[in-house]
Amino acid sequence: MTFSPALEERFAKLLTSYPPGRQRSAVVPMLLYAQDEIGHVSQELVEEVACRCGVTPLQVDEVIGYYSMLHRKPLGKYHVQVCTNISCQVVGGEDLYGHAARTLGIGNKQVTPDGLISLEEVECMGACSWAPAIQINYDFHHFVTRERFDQLIQALRDGTYQETA
Amino acid sequence: MRYNVPSPLETRIISQRFDLPNSASIDTYLANDGYVALRKAIGMAPEAIIDELRASSLRGRGGAGFPTGMKWSFVPRNTGRPSYIICNSDESEPCTCKDRLLMENDPQQLIEGMLIAGWTIQSSKGYIFIRGEYRYQIEIMERAIAEAYERGYLGKNVLGTGWDFDLYTHSGAGAYECGEETALLESLEGKRGVPRLKPPFPAVAGAFQSPTILNNTETLSTVPVIIRMGGADYAALGTPKNGGTRLMCVSGHVNKPGVYELPLGFPLMRLINDVCGGMRNRKKLKAVIPGGSSAPVLKAEECDIPLDFDSIAKAKSMAGSGGILVLDEDTDMVAVALRTIKFYAHESCGWCIPCREGTTWLKKVLTRFHDGGGRSSDIDLIAELANNMLGRTFCALGDAAAMPTAAFVAKFRDEFEAYLKRSSAAVEPELAVV
Amino acid sequence: MAAPVNLTIDGQKLQASPGTLLINAAKQAGISIPAFCYYDGLALQAACRMCLVEVEKTPKLQVACTLPVAEGMVVRTDSPQVRQARKGMLEFLLTNHPLDCPVCDKGGECELQDMVFRYGAGQSRFIEPKVHVDEKQWSPIVYYDAPRCILCYRCVRICGEGLGVSALGIGNRGVVAEIVPNRGDHLECDECGACIDICPVGALTSGTYRYKARPWEMDHVGTICTHCSNGCKTTLGIRNGQILRANSRDHSGINGEFLCVKGRYAFDFNEHPGRLTSPLVRSDGEFKPVSWAQALAAVAQRFTELRVKRGNFAVIGSNHTTNEENFLLQKFAREVLRTSNIDHHRTGDVAGLIHALDGRTNVLASTDDLYNTKAALVISSDLAQEQPLLAFQLRANWRHHKAHVYAVTPGPVREDNYATTARAEPGNEFDVFESMRERLAKEPELVILFGDAIKGGRIARLVSFGDSLGIPVKYVCLVDYSNSRGASDMGLLPHLLPGYRSVSDSGLEPGLNYDQILAAADLDALWIVGANPLARQSLASPNAFLVVQDLFLTETARQASVVLPAASAYEKNGTFTNVCGDVQKLSRAAKTMGTKSDLEIIALLAKEMRQDFGAAKPEVVFDEIRRSVRGYDVPLTVIETGGAAKTVLLDGRPQVASRNGHFRVDTDANLIRSARNTLFTSGTLGRFSQMLSSVIEAPGALYRDPRKQPEVREGSVQVETVKQGQ
Repeated sequence: MTFSPALEERFAKLLTSYPPGRQRSAVVPMLLYAQDEIGHVSQELVEEVACRCGVTPLQVDEVIGYYSMLHRKPLGKYHVQVCTNISCQVVGGEDLYGHAARTLGIGNKQVTPDGLISLEEVECMGACSWAPAIQINYDFHHFVTRERFDQLIQALRDGTYQETA
Repeated sequence: MRYNVPSPLETRIISQRFDLPNSASIDTYLANDGYVALRKAIGMAPEAIIDELRASSLRGRGGAGFPTGMKWSFVPRNTGRPSYIICNSDESEPCTCKDRLLMENDPQQLIEGMLIAGWTIQSSKGYIFIRGEYRYQIEIMERAIAEAYERGYLGKNVLGTGWDFDLYTHSGAGAYECGEETALLESLEGKRGVPRLKPPFPAVAGAFQSPTILNNTETLSTVPVIIRMGGADYAALGTPKNGGTRLMCVSGHVNKPGVYELPLGFPLMRLINDVCGGMRNRKKLKAVIPGGSSAPVLKAEECDIPLDFDSIAKAKSMAGSGGILVLDEDTDMVAVALRTIKFYAHESCGWCIPCREGTTWLKKVLTRFHDGGGRSSDIDLIAELANNMLGRTFCALGDAAAMPTAAFVAKFRDEFEAYLKRSSAAVEPELAVV
Repeated sequence: MAAPVNLTIDGQKLQASPGTLLINAAKQAGISIPAFCYYDGLALQAACRMCLVEVEKTPKLQVACTLPVAEGMVVRTDSPQVRQARKGMLEFLLTNHPLDCPVCDKGGECELQDMVFRYGAGQSRFIEPKVHVDEKQWSPIVYYDAPRCILCYRCVRICGEGLGVSALGIGNRGVVAEIVPNRGDHLECDECGACIDICPVGALTSGTYRYKARPWEMDHVGTICTHCSNGCKTTLGIRNGQILRANSRDHSGINGEFLCVKGRYAFDFNEHPGRLTSPLVRSDGEFKPVSWAQALAAVAQRFTELRVKRGNFAVIGSNHTTNEENFLLQKFAREVLRTSNIDHHRTGDVAGLIHALDGRTNVLASTDDLYNTKAALVISSDLAQEQPLLAFQLRANWRHHKAHVYAVTPGPVREDNYATTARAEPGNEFDVFESMRERLAKEPELVILFGDAIKGGRIARLVSFGDSLGIPVKYVCLVDYSNSRGASDMGLLPHLLPGYRSVSDSGLEPGLNYDQILAAADLDALWIVGANPLARQSLASPNAFLVVQDLFLTETARQASVVLPAASAYEKNGTFTNVCGDVQKLSRAAKTMGTKSDLEIIALLAKEMRQDFGAAKPEVVFDEIRRSVRGYDVPLTVIETGGAAKTVLLDGRPQVASRNGHFRVDTDANLIRSARNTLFTSGTLGRFSQMLSSVIEAPGALYRDPRKQPEVREGSVQVETVKQGQ
């Protein structure tokens, strides 16, 4: 499997970041960074990562099932994550998630038919004091109201959204 | 960048550079006391550094509140084997959003803290384990690490001492359990984030089965401050055995939620009323969750306490991660209890029976209860199930789920009973035969 | 030895050695602490939380399976708090358990049932919907029912730690966590079924047994596996004379919990429709089924005629028949047929080893030695494939005692994962030994296991290498089949009598060997018992009167004049001697109508030929073996109670044979030919096991280990290219 030069560079760095013989350590970050590039964790990716890190595909499978950010199925180009954990919940996070599902016409972990947007109700993302919060891919958005949410979605659809992370 | 306006009541020590322009850059850092502590530490014996930490009475800011000096003193030195410095930046405790700020606004401070830890045990490698969602923060840390390498603070022959120290970021991928230190170490080794049997403790056999210092982001970020100002002076900011300041993450129904650096022992009611501008919409205070979602809820009348580890423990809750959720009179406590247990059921790693099955059962009962299918026996059942988990699970996640659940039922039983009145099935359940 | 620790459990004062886990200290005192995930010899988990006990001065209940005993410890295992905790734990466990005990294979021997019965509540408070996942088939042998799984991880550990296969892992998280196989939706593994046997509940069930029976309907007969030479005890579950399953039910054999795919699942040859159930006599070129009386009379008559005429007899014996049968067969050949033309398919040079070590004591390793030796050297054997129990024992020795294992093999072997290994082309092994000499000489002791690459004169060379190390060395000559060792020990050899005495002892000349028998053009009669030489070689005496005793109409049986249907090893009593010289008892479990045991057939023939062979009872013959065969004077109590008794073939006294030089080692060496059976083959017998041939790993060249073989990647690339080309 071939990846972009930037990702290959990251992989090369990862594999030398850990003590000798400990390349298994690279499995989780490698899967996440690769998923960001190819959209999901494919079987081919599983075998590739297993091979590069010197583990069995089963050992990679075990990891994928464990971590909630690793997805076997493709996500949308923009993965919209709405936090409904208690800090967000008590200031409208659940309402915001309901609004998101209705607006986008998709349920939890589903993707819009055009593949542009996927939605996920997530656990606490570390923006509690600025709740309710969402993440679009890795960007945080704080104090998100329904109106702000609609603007963000419009920007995604218009192609005017600028990612920071 | 800060996301809330600072309060004049804060004691800004570890957040002192947060509002400076380009606060994340090494130049800003160097111009504002940066790396003074490392230079000082290099002239100190390891035991002296640990003594300063002991004197500071710094307690772990991740949740357990274990004395940091003591933790460092457990790490065997001069073993001839590699040792590691691990920063726990897996910040996942609901209501907690401070480690993120420390990385975004002052990454060099964290690096300096890790360097001092590394110097203390003569470790040559460190990893910052950052939750996968914090990609932006990982990038900031990586830029900061690169800057520190450029300036000779990292890499070969740090500051001409002949000592080498390499530092790396390591991304998680979504698992609350990895905040548990041994689960974090498993995850760092490329495995499922399932906690390890203890002993051995990470101090002796941690990362890659080697001696390891493993601390929370805020704890390590505090280390340079302590070395610079001296342990005793730092301790004096707080209360006895609860030294210094901490970042308190206030969320919920206050006018000015935000992250504020306050001395330990700062009164909770002053935090709500003076720092955070009081209750939103002039509602009445109903309850506070004082230390992240794992901390048992305090009723309004229990909130007249100072915010330090021992005082909150005395109130039968815990200071935990410093996440403080303020709830007003309109809050549906059953809904909060349900959302809390949903979280733990989602995050239970599944390793041990009581946590795996207990959290899910509680989630199911509370869901049914919340959705109008509650039965009168459910209230006691919830309490009993929580009790059957408490103290019996492999790691603290089970307790973290059971304690708040038990507290919600015990303290807001009337709200649970009110739900029953709306329930369509508030009759005794027929007992299913096993 | 450190001083013992004093502690009190449930008021009993007791002592335990330091480091003993509380659960085991209690067990030693007869106090049972319940546990699912704790399993002796496997890694500690502390996952099931069933073994929580009260320890004075500790506020929380403690996990007995990970807590070492401490001086003055006061423990309560049956306090109200402990009972309540167990009850609560079982209540949790049952929330997502389907409680489908009425249709579960495990019902009746399920640890969860037993625990709930003893410690659980009578009622459930759980009224919520259960998590349901459909059952999955991972191989013809392994089925997984996730809802029944209690996640004790025993299967994962026995597969990874025990076997070194690591085909099972843990998928998902939390309440939907489950066991997952190594190939996504299926397994590629040893198919040994250890995961199924070790499962405390009915989560893992076997394709051969599922929905066939309730455990209490069966008789459970402990006997010895009839396939390879390792001599594992297998407990056959019998209903109405039929074998329904095999497992290591009580772990009482030399194999403990171990069995391979053959021991657990390749019993189905016994029920194969091709089993012979009637004697066949060739008449006008065709086989006619006849009665036993007619068949025996025909053979006896012909043998008697030829004996009177001083005809040329030859006998080929079996690797699968009992010591008693082999002993009686050679006795019949030598005393009744008056021939020394007797041999069997020799798969390892046992006689050569005995010759080379003659006059010594304590140089032959027993099965136990493999688990206890400080170091072992494996030569030219893919142990995990060919000698699975020995591989398991060595691995366990490494896991538990940090034994040093060395392997010198022509290709990759599983031992590579933990042993010091080196590749050696056949013939070059000794160069590699030399390169290891320094390390080997530093070991306190060594067991050397060698396959058919070392035979004849090379054995002497190996022994002198062993001697030159200056440390105590023991040897195991690897052989293929369930009683290969017994066939050799019982004198199914042209030049050696039972116990490796030279035939010249009895005033006889050595006879024709295996190859010579088949190549001889002047045989008048050839009697083949439980062997299939004509599958590969042809018989040079086409007119010889050929008598074949077998289970099936093999290539050899097809050419016979008379075919006598034999009982299988699972259908008779007697003894086998395993590869390490341990004697164990077979117990008759099943019965196939129309067959007779080889012992009975030989005895009936003797009777028909008016020869007095005494009672044709295995115990009578074994008594004669004990009295007359060197090294076989083993304690009967051990054998009778299902134990393994070590034979002592070398007791320091030089054998007569070595003085007379009748071993003819160089000539014999060419006769030593291992069949190189894999885990999924078992000579001719294996062809009649449908289970063995139905698994994808069959016939079982060591399946790929994706960790170490980049070829796998290249292979998958090739497949893609083909697809694109289309």
